[in-house]
Amino acid sequence: MKALPAHTRADTGALSSPGATPLSPIIRLASLCKTYRNAEVEVHAVRDVSLDIYAGDFVAIMGSSGSGKSTLMNILGCLDTPTTGTYELASTNVSTLSRKKLATLRNQKLGFVFQSFNLLSRTSALENVELPMFYSHPLISLETQRSRAREVLNKVGLAGRENHWPNQLSGGQQQRVAIARALVNHPQLLLADEPTGNLDSRTSIEIMGLFQALNASGITIVMVTHELEIAAYCKRVIMMRDGRVLSDTMNVERRSAEDEIAALDDAEGNTMKSV
Amino acid sequence: MRFLIESIILRPALTSLIALRALRRHKLRSLLTSLGIIIGVSSVIAMVAVGNGARAQIQGRVASLGQNLLTVSAGNRRTGGINSGLGSASVLTVQDADAIIREVPDVVAISPEVSTTAQVIGNGNNWSTSIVGESADYLQIRDWPLSSGVMFTERDVRIAAKVAIIGTKTAEQLFGPLDPIGETVRVKNIPFIIIGVLSNKGAGMGGMDQDDRLIIPYTTAMKRLTGEKYLRSINVQVVNQERMEFAQQQITALLRQRHRLEPNQSDDFSILNQKEIADTVTSISSTITLFLAAVSSMSLVVGGIGIMNIMLVSVTERTREIGIRIAIGAQSRDILFQFLIEATTLSVLGGLLGVLIGVAAGHLVSHIAGVEAIVSSTSIALAFGISFAIGVFFGFYPARKAANLNPIDALRYE
Ligand SMILES: Nc1ncnc2c1ncn2[C@@H]1O[C@H](COP(=O)(O)OP(=O)(O)OP(=O)(O)O)[C@@H](O)[C@H]1O
Ligand SMILES: [Mg+2]
Repeated sequence: MKALPAHTRADTGALSSPGATPLSPIIRLASLCKTYRNAEVEVHAVRDVSLDIYAGDFVAIMGSSGSGKSTLMNILGCLDTPTTGTYELASTNVSTLSRKKLATLRNQKLGFVFQSFNLLSRTSALENVELPMFYSHPLISLETQRSRAREVLNKVGLAGRENHWPNQLSGGQQQRVAIARALVNHPQLLLADEPTGNLDSRTSIEIMGLFQALNASGITIVMVTHELEIAAYCKRVIMMRDGRVLSDTMNVERRSAEDEIAALDDAEGNTMKSV
Repeated sequence: MRFLIESIILRPALTSLIALRALRRHKLRSLLTSLGIIIGVSSVIAMVAVGNGARAQIQGRVASLGQNLLTVSAGNRRTGGINSGLGSASVLTVQDADAIIREVPDVVAISPEVSTTAQVIGNGNNWSTSIVGESADYLQIRDWPLSSGVMFTERDVRIAAKVAIIGTKTAEQLFGPLDPIGETVRVKNIPFIIIGVLSNKGAGMGGMDQDDRLIIPYTTAMKRLTGEKYLRSINVQVVNQERMEFAQQQITALLRQRHRLEPNQSDDFSILNQKEIADTVTSISSTITLFLAAVSSMSLVVGGIGIMNIMLVSVTERTREIGIRIAIGAQSRDILFQFLIEATTLSVLGGLLGVLIGVAAGHLVSHIAGVEAIVSSTSIALAFGISFAIGVFFGFYPARKAANLNPIDALRYE
């Protein structure tokens, strides 16, 4: 993996998505800080982070445990607010938005995949995926909700599992339901916090394949991962340490999940033959 | 327009669906939570039904006294400090009665009354009943038609004729299924010819059976049966309701004068005003009904607090769920509605069950107590309205608590 200097990324990012305006990033963070105050202790989870992410980008955020990745993702997902600094999403300062506007934004523009899935328990996969459409304005008819949810579940490879409850699904399957839910309202920005955190390598590659396909179709993706191999599927890798950005590099030799799955399938086929 | 339909009908309908699903998940808990409302509503409904029934019954009895009736009773005569009861004093005379109809212009009819209890023999049977002496106007004053035969006339009264009107129960005892008209009964060995049969009237104000009696001319009763010179009471019919008060005053003045009472002496008679009794009875029974309803509606408040309690528990339990919904783009309003609808569904379903149980309980009580239960549609509508309001009122605080949750805090909630 060869890294490019950070200052060249804006151009490459713009090139990689021909439709986007190079001058206005979809995400702009300026001196963003998040400090937790628990009793007497102050935890500086995110310190002075400034970042631009352009439409069409595919960013991996890496860093050791406790380096502030999830905190940053929650702010990006408009679930949490920064202590200081500004977050501009599509040229709008998020802190100026009302609770109602934020809800609409989360519903229409953002898709969030949680590290811990966060599916509704005792609710079928299909209904979990329908949930964002339920809160959409204008109202989406129940039939449309149903058919769109089926479609997205198909896309993540969960056809036939629609009526299973989360506790009847494997970790990887739950992860896919969460991804389907994040995608069902056609977001412009997909935020995924360790989407492969507790999956085996094969399932991880499959999910990265899905992400690469989504990214190719124009969706901007920001994801958190601990693993270098996973980050290698992304276009850009941001390393964090102690709440600061340590490095921000382009990934020139990207791995293609599609190719690797094909290779894996071949290898499996060969072992089958040799047995 | 489309937006209006969507936000007023479709979205709340969808939200109710979620709320109902959540309730279905905890059937027993929902039932137990609604129990307060069920008990409250059913007891209010039952109480009001029985109260209304009792009032209607008493009003019916008061009305059955007759039209615009004043009853002048001989007062309490005290003999050595012993109160011998109404009608026992020997003060009211036939002349008093004549004076009333003659001198009080608003009085349209009177019936001097005497009564005694005696054995009646007829058709070979023997029956103890009350013998009441009245004037020819009595049945008209009491608004009490005959079921067959005729009433005795003024002439019968004048000549103290030995004729009698018989109550249905007495007739049944003496003659069974036979027609008593034209038959002779003997009282103290005096033969009376039965010329009329009363219609059924049921229990009177004092609870005695008005169908078990023999009505004869008061003159006959006084001369031939008792030998009494004094009346028990005088039934007075006044021209209309508005004049009753005034007529009562005039009769009081007249009788005081006739009985030569000094201003410092109290009346030796008393006058019952039918309208006053009716008003008093109505207001007392309304007050009692209201009081019972108020007491049982306390349990509605308790039920409401129960709902609030469970909703608070539910919001806490489902903090993560709420966090997920908010993270996915639910508006505060959506969450507020979801929990409000849950609360009102609990209370309104409780109200519905309460109405059913209340109606059943009302009928049961009426069956046992012998009072008709009158379930008014107003009380049902009111019970529904109140249980809906309780759901909204007590559900609002928990629902708002849920709606105002911060997404990240809710998601992190353990
Ligand atoms: N609600 C909170 N209150 C106080 N401190 C917090 C809170 N959330 C996170 N922190 C602290 O902020 C720092 C960053 O946390 P964060 O969850 O962002 O780390 P992370 O990079 O996602 O770690 P991991 O890779 O283990 O998920 C940690 O030191 C953590 O203890
Ligand atoms: Mg994390």
